[in-house]
Amino acid sequence: MANHIAMVALVALGLVLMTGVAGLTSFGQAAFVGLGAYVAAVLSTAFGLSPWLGLVAVMLMTVSLAFALGWITLRLSGHYLPLGTIAWGLSLYFVFGNLELLGGHTGLSSIPAIEIFGISLKSANAIYYLIWITLFAAMLLTDNLLHSREGRAIRALKGGVLVAESMGVNTARSKMIVFVLAALYAGVSGWLYAHYQRFVNPSPFSLHIGIEYLFMAVLGGAAQVWGALLGAGVVTLLKEWLQDLLPRLLGASGNFESIVFGLLLVLLLQHAPKGLWPHAVGLCRALVGSQRSEPPGTPVAAAYLERDVSLSGLPTRTRMVGTKRADLLKAQGIEKRFGGLIANQGISLELRQGEILALIGPNGAGKSTLFDLLTGVQALDAGEVFFCGEAIHGMQARDIAKRGLCRSFQHVRLLPEMSVLENIALGAHLRGTHGPLHAVLHLERREERALMLEAAHQARRVGLAEVLHLPAGSLALGQQRTLEIARALAADPLALLLDEPAAGLRFGEKQQLAELLRELRKDGLGVLLVEHDMAFVMGLADRVVVMEHGIVIAQGEPSVIQQDPRVIEAYLGVDLG
Amino acid sequence: MNLDIVILLAQDGLTNGAIYALLALALVMVFAVTRVIFVPQGEFVAFGALTLASLQANKFPGTVWLLLIAGIICFLLDWHYQRRLGDGLGRRLRWSLLWQLVFPLILVIALWMAQASSFKFSNLPLIAQLLLALLIVVPLGPMIYRLAFQPMAQAPVLVLLIVSVAVHLVLVGIGLVFFGAEGSRTPPFSEGALTLAGVPVNAQTLWVLGTSILLMIGLGLFFEKSLFGKALRATAVNQTGARLMGIAPVFAGRLVFLLAALIGTYSGMLIGPITTIYYDTGFLIGLKGFVGAIIAGLVSYPLAVAGALLVGLLEAYASFWASSFKEVIVFSLIIPVLLWRSLRHQDLHDEA
Repeated sequence: MANHIAMVALVALGLVLMTGVAGLTSFGQAAFVGLGAYVAAVLSTAFGLSPWLGLVAVMLMTVSLAFALGWITLRLSGHYLPLGTIAWGLSLYFVFGNLELLGGHTGLSSIPAIEIFGISLKSANAIYYLIWITLFAAMLLTDNLLHSREGRAIRALKGGVLVAESMGVNTARSKMIVFVLAALYAGVSGWLYAHYQRFVNPSPFSLHIGIEYLFMAVLGGAAQVWGALLGAGVVTLLKEWLQDLLPRLLGASGNFESIVFGLLLVLLLQHAPKGLWPHAVGLCRALVGSQRSEPPGTPVAAAYLERDVSLSGLPTRTRMVGTKRADLLKAQGIEKRFGGLIANQGISLELRQGEILALIGPNGAGKSTLFDLLTGVQALDAGEVFFCGEAIHGMQARDIAKRGLCRSFQHVRLLPEMSVLENIALGAHLRGTHGPLHAVLHLERREERALMLEAAHQARRVGLAEVLHLPAGSLALGQQRTLEIARALAADPLALLLDEPAAGLRFGEKQQLAELLRELRKDGLGVLLVEHDMAFVMGLADRVVVMEHGIVIAQGEPSVIQQDPRVIEAYLGVDLG
Repeated sequence: MNLDIVILLAQDGLTNGAIYALLALALVMVFAVTRVIFVPQGEFVAFGALTLASLQANKFPGTVWLLLIAGIICFLLDWHYQRRLGDGLGRRLRWSLLWQLVFPLILVIALWMAQASSFKFSNLPLIAQLLLALLIVVPLGPMIYRLAFQPMAQAPVLVLLIVSVAVHLVLVGIGLVFFGAEGSRTPPFSEGALTLAGVPVNAQTLWVLGTSILLMIGLGLFFEKSLFGKALRATAVNQTGARLMGIAPVFAGRLVFLLAALIGTYSGMLIGPITTIYYDTGFLIGLKGFVGAIIAGLVSYPLAVAGALLVGLLEAYASFWASSFKEVIVFSLIIPVLLWRSLRHQDLHDEA
């Protein structure tokens, strides 16, 4: 039973990573387990290969199949992947049952046991250690991955692809990492299963078992590594008990436990969407009586604040301080339509280095649309955008971010459950280079420390040093806006596009923000600012661009704009003077 | 393969395809209005066929008990929330009482009395049997919406999909409890066959094709002409906007689940004479409707119908050429479809 729980938990772990962390879902993990089990069985019986060679083959097979399936479905919106998994879960099951090579519905038997250093792991007690060591190793690797740069990118997926891509994350790649890893765990679990049971048939790899794996992940706690083990344990034991109880109760034989599982799953998602693990932790704390007043990670975060950022050694862009490059960002004839609505028409503007350019206009004038077009979030219908002389229109958002054009959003888009520090570190994503392989083995700790150092530095710069360890969702709206600026700054940008950064800020905070923006200007950044607070804008901006109904109606120095009769009529009101 | 077989298989394919098309339409409809991918659709197919089979075998259909239990829970929930609002026995609650408590009770009592007086349901005319089965199964649709989906109507599509799969599990299990593991096949709506242009056509085939087309036209008229249909379309386009116009999302959700249940149940009765239905057969049938709906990207009604017909034809020819792999072939059809969609897809906008 313990062996069974661990093998099942390995599959559930992959689903925790997919469903709980990355916001993807698969109903077809049982098919990957089956693939692993059958590859192991065929290679060791028909071809007489060593189970260890079989393991290599299993890993190669599952990874390549997952890669192929992922390539097809992962770029589509959320629900196609799970629908796809239902289809291949069913298909593979029918293939297992109908291929003569695989023994049809009777399956394959007399699979050899695994041997390690000449010791045969034939008995349940002997294979026990191998299975549990595999599970704990996988849990450790997964945990390592989650606490790394790649892991932050994966966790950012749940907040939607828009933010992640704007921070330079290749979301398709992050999804693929998660998906392939989950499939790999399932495949290895199947390999263990085949050599432990020494017999395989199609029934444990059906779609319903695939749903059961998902149930374990959701029940245990879809965002925690330990939740997988908890969920696997609870579901396995519950199933055993129900399979014994229900047929006696109902006086008929059949898989009635699915009724209870289904009902529990619905109730769980309605009332405890985070699963049992957080409750289990709370219960343990209450029993032990420990009062943990500060959230985990506080001392670590504080330590980052004390270090000198110049030690971080992250790559920085060479900025030409003082020189005013006139064409830092240059837009020409930009046009965007939504059906019959013209959101932007013939917009041309220039942002110089070391300049604060304010973009103002009534609500619905097309300012935020313009931001989306400049940063590649939406495709423009016509026009050209140049950044440092390079044409960037038509590029992906993440490629534009890579060139140093970074932004904040009008409607704050943070990852509310991640800490302030981690949210800012996400902005520095493109300044790190280590991939997932280094991350799972924690070979990127130097770089990770550097990224955290940089994030802490930016937090201090915008005045968030006190709240580094808090979940971003717990901050006041004004602080969340400031956090977005810090996140953009962590990318070491050349130009900063800020969408209403002062909205929701108090007077003192606005003054601090203005001070920060002046400092950035002195450092040679170009800042393009959408803002409604006129006193704030006029006191800060070097030049102002005014939009109305999707077109630019005036641009120039603040004093000139304030006198412009069209602007006064359209926007400022007559008595602003 | 000679021409006769080609035509015979085409007939089979179109018949099944028409049923898949009905299911695909219901799936697209439910998804558009509620964002729920309605996996339990297939269970309505099975429940429809098996309830009809129970009636024809003069057995008490277990689905009535399900209706009664679900109805009681729904009513208690409605009552609980109404009381928390401190709003007495309002109009809404009276509806809830009537449809979710009184109606199932009347059905249970009526069927029980009929059974006690050894009345033979099989003596009823077919149309009455069909109507009775519809009355038993279809009200389950809105109840399932009430119990499973309404409390989390704002949840992401992904979570709704998991709930949907969970509901499917529950219903399959309940189907096993009520109908047992044996399959049933109901007699065709009318016996015999016609010869059209030298080709023999089963009467049931005509029933399937004819009533499917009628049902589709009916749905079209409902959505184009009736106020309720327009309300559903408005909700599908923009829920907030529809809400501001006084269309409650809860109402839209229940209505669309009612329609989906109606379509599913009726499809089950259509397919009952064509293939043996077991408690878990509905799932596979529903999924084939899904493949059709996915071909249409879950948005286009005409494409969904075309896709479902394609699935039916593919299945018919696949079962001739490689019968043990026909399911694999049918479900693999979505791979090229997804691939094609994936290559065209390029949008950063969130679909959380």
